[in-house]
Amino acid sequence: MQELILSQTVFFAVLALFGLGAISSLFFRKDDKLANLAGSFFAILGSLLGIVYAVAALYSDTSIFYEMKSSFPLLSYNFNIDRLAAFFIFIISLISLFCSIYGAGYIKHFYGKYNIGTLGFFYNLFIAGMLLVVSSSNILFFLIAWEIMSLASYFLVIYERDKQENIKAGFLYFVMTHIGTAFIILALLLLYKFAGSFDFLAIKEAVGSIPPLAKDAIFILAFIGFGTKAGIIPMHIWLPAAHPAAPSHVSALMSGVMIKTGIYMMIRIFFDILPNAPVWWGTVILICGATSALLGVLYALTEHDIKRLLAYHSIENIGIILLGLGSALVFAALNMKSFAALALIASLFHILNHAVFKSLLFLGAGSVISKTHTRNIEEYGGLIKHMPQTALFFLAGSMAISALPPFNGFFSEWLTFQALFEGIKSMSSFYRWIFVFSAGSLVLTSGLALACFVKAFGLTFLARPRSEAVKHAKESSFSLRLGMATLAVLCLLLGLLSGFLFAIFNKILQGIKSFGDYDPALVVSQNHLISVNGGFSSISAPAIFAVLILAGIAAFAIIRLISKDQKVKIGATWDCGTNLGPRMEITSTGFSRTIIMIFKGILKPSKQAGIEYSDANMRYFPKSRTMVFEISDVYKKYFYKPLYSFVFKISARVKKIQSGNVNAYVLYIFMALILLLFFAV
Amino acid sequence: MENIINWTIQILLLPALSPLCVGIIRKIKARFQNRQGASVFQPYNDLWKLFHKDEVISSDASWIFRFAPFAIFGATLAVSASLPIFASFLSNNFTSDILAVIYILAIGTFFLALAGLDVGGAFGGFGSSREMTVSALAEGGLLFSLLVLSFMSGTTNLFSISGTIDSLPLASLLPVVLAFLGFFIVLLAETARFPFDNPSTHLELTMIHEAMIIEYSGKRLALIEWASANKLLIFITLGSSLFFPIGIAHSMGVIAIAAAILFYLLKVLVFCVAVAIIESGIAKLRLFRLPDLLLFSFILSVIALGLII
Repeated sequence: MQELILSQTVFFAVLALFGLGAISSLFFRKDDKLANLAGSFFAILGSLLGIVYAVAALYSDTSIFYEMKSSFPLLSYNFNIDRLAAFFIFIISLISLFCSIYGAGYIKHFYGKYNIGTLGFFYNLFIAGMLLVVSSSNILFFLIAWEIMSLASYFLVIYERDKQENIKAGFLYFVMTHIGTAFIILALLLLYKFAGSFDFLAIKEAVGSIPPLAKDAIFILAFIGFGTKAGIIPMHIWLPAAHPAAPSHVSALMSGVMIKTGIYMMIRIFFDILPNAPVWWGTVILICGATSALLGVLYALTEHDIKRLLAYHSIENIGIILLGLGSALVFAALNMKSFAALALIASLFHILNHAVFKSLLFLGAGSVISKTHTRNIEEYGGLIKHMPQTALFFLAGSMAISALPPFNGFFSEWLTFQALFEGIKSMSSFYRWIFVFSAGSLVLTSGLALACFVKAFGLTFLARPRSEAVKHAKESSFSLRLGMATLAVLCLLLGLLSGFLFAIFNKILQGIKSFGDYDPALVVSQNHLISVNGGFSSISAPAIFAVLILAGIAAFAIIRLISKDQKVKIGATWDCGTNLGPRMEITSTGFSRTIIMIFKGILKPSKQAGIEYSDANMRYFPKSRTMVFEISDVYKKYFYKPLYSFVFKISARVKKIQSGNVNAYVLYIFMALILLLFFAV
Repeated sequence: MENIINWTIQILLLPALSPLCVGIIRKIKARFQNRQGASVFQPYNDLWKLFHKDEVISSDASWIFRFAPFAIFGATLAVSASLPIFASFLSNNFTSDILAVIYILAIGTFFLALAGLDVGGAFGGFGSSREMTVSALAEGGLLFSLLVLSFMSGTTNLFSISGTIDSLPLASLLPVVLAFLGFFIVLLAETARFPFDNPSTHLELTMIHEAMIIEYSGKRLALIEWASANKLLIFITLGSSLFFPIGIAHSMGVIAIAAAILFYLLKVLVFCVAVAIIESGIAKLRLFRLPDLLLFSFILSVIALGLII
């Protein structure tokens, strides 16, 4: 059975289903309903088959190769699906499945406004692109797949093209992603130059011939390139612009899955292709991860656009993932394989968890937006009464991302903490303090994330409506709720089953070259007790769940026993003697203002006050007051502005050779030709 | 059989004692203010009274408001079952982890803040905002001060920490004391005491905890009040059983356990006196001075960590 599933046909069938979805929805583009049906149906089918395939590949003992040879190297496609790739195929298919179910209903509000056929086309292409990225085993083929993924997602970002800001966001994304791709091409070409092959497996064999300096260069280039895709600060500026612009089920895929392909390639290159990395690689990643996590959550707190808020949380969570990845690299460099495995498992587990809860949150935000037609949290409020189920699912996602037990986010963060603790315990002086810094930033990050999701959930769903649109909101349709409900249940299940999952993660790592055989630092006993580092810490997911449930039941029992027949009266909130209006509630700006003021050194908030008087000569009676709160972007001011003006200056210089004289141009062409010939010989 | 008795005491002791703790602090504060003060058992009476009162719930409130007290109280119950109170040998490997305890307490904070927002009053939102600010910044000091102990004893399990700390050499006293100072600041912050919050006021400028629960009444208010008393005793227990595990029972035995419980009561009394003296002696700090204090707690813990690793 397993062999049958793992055959080449099934893998290509998965891709073909997405291809079919793309083409058929384009074919039916004249009819919105049919286009939606075709696009979503094939995407769901493809995702289902993808999940089956990935599970079979995870349990297979060998990696799987597919080859489509041709005499021309550009057209030879190699696929290599080891367990790491299978794990990512699993995540992509899993999240695509729920996003597609959700999308089938969500897309309906685009009927008549935008072309559904193109949406289905790029959506399916996007998923297929991601699948190709993680399964390809050839540099050229990989780059093509990477470009398919990037371009398809670009077209999805600008899908709602009537809004000017979406076009701008799309352009920023387009530029940034191609700057990233440029770095990736350089890194991969360096690999090719020294290893002499385009094939990742052949490069892996020939890794001895790469000099250390070139390895360092590859590391820096790849980290910048893939880091741009992953959204590491300061290469993240496209992320909070592009993710909100896309339709919500696409944002969920981009935030939940696409940015992880950058992480996937980092694991692939730094652990599998170039093992025995120097220690400083890991420390660089650790520091970047710690800063991304902390700054990501701080910027999230300042946002009151719900999708931008979630996008900044993706940056934060990528930071947490990098903390695991970076510590794994440091441990691997110092040949502490079992701790490296622990850290990488933490990272992989958080990748899975983040994919699940972030897509859930984006889908929840999407349902809210589709009913209220605004992304501004300030205009929400009281939605829990209109959309009770959406609220419940969003609450589950909020608790998971805030790392509250027994949801899944807690267990991966717990594991990341354990990796950092191990670093603090076992490193020598300098590296130890980097681990202390990382752990400190992680604990602050998780505290602030909790605050941010109290804000996100509380101001969206609780209290009284703050705008008219909210009052008419209705619960979303069945397919939307089904997509969210399954993800919410998964948030809980992945937490409860974390013990079971670790066995699979251990198996994934055994296929990676840096690890091979190692003593697992993470032991899961029969009764689901997870213990790490020889009993330094231990925890049990089902026990925590049971204790929490029992404690809740005890609280109910106490109430039942003591207060038997007390009445509940419904009254109005205490209004301090004035009318209860929406102005009485706290706003999103007000909620996070305290934290912003505390971190004003980083966030640089500014306040502009303006007063208009009824009588300009007699300044006693103000007619209106305005207050503008702004956050200045530090990285834009100190990183992108100087960079931009530098590039602009150089361009101005170079412009001089553009004289408009055709003879001069011919001379340039001739010189270029001579130079090329010179280098070719 | 003995284990069952032990666990029953372990689970019931903390929620049963916690109102008394509040009563003692109130009594001492009253004496400082030259008042007679209510009996130390008054909080029990208050709870009993509240449990039998009718309840008013705002028409703006959703199920979050109704459900939150159970989550808040349940979280404190779950934590109190995971703390070493009088016996270090009751090993609980399942939930008694530093991080698990911190994050289970965070569930309570999360729902408390949501309940504050839910009614849409003018006070609740500000209370929630302040509470989340303080608890976000306090978490670092809390984790790192406890981390100092776990690195010294080689485990993050609270029971095991309390079993090994008192057999440490004298040289390790300094980091323990530094970490304890850091921890004590967090204790005051997390349990809404001076200089962070004033537990006995409804003055809008200074409220944090009271602002969030201002719309509660009847049995739900009773649960929340009880939960906040539990939280106070949880932090006191963490301080007494982990930093000063003198007298804690290391093995089974009626005398050992009786002595341990007696020691525990004594230590709790000392903590209550300390908190009461601090509350009587200093003023509440301005909100924007609180981060300095919390950062100070974090730095103390990091220094302590630097001394031992």
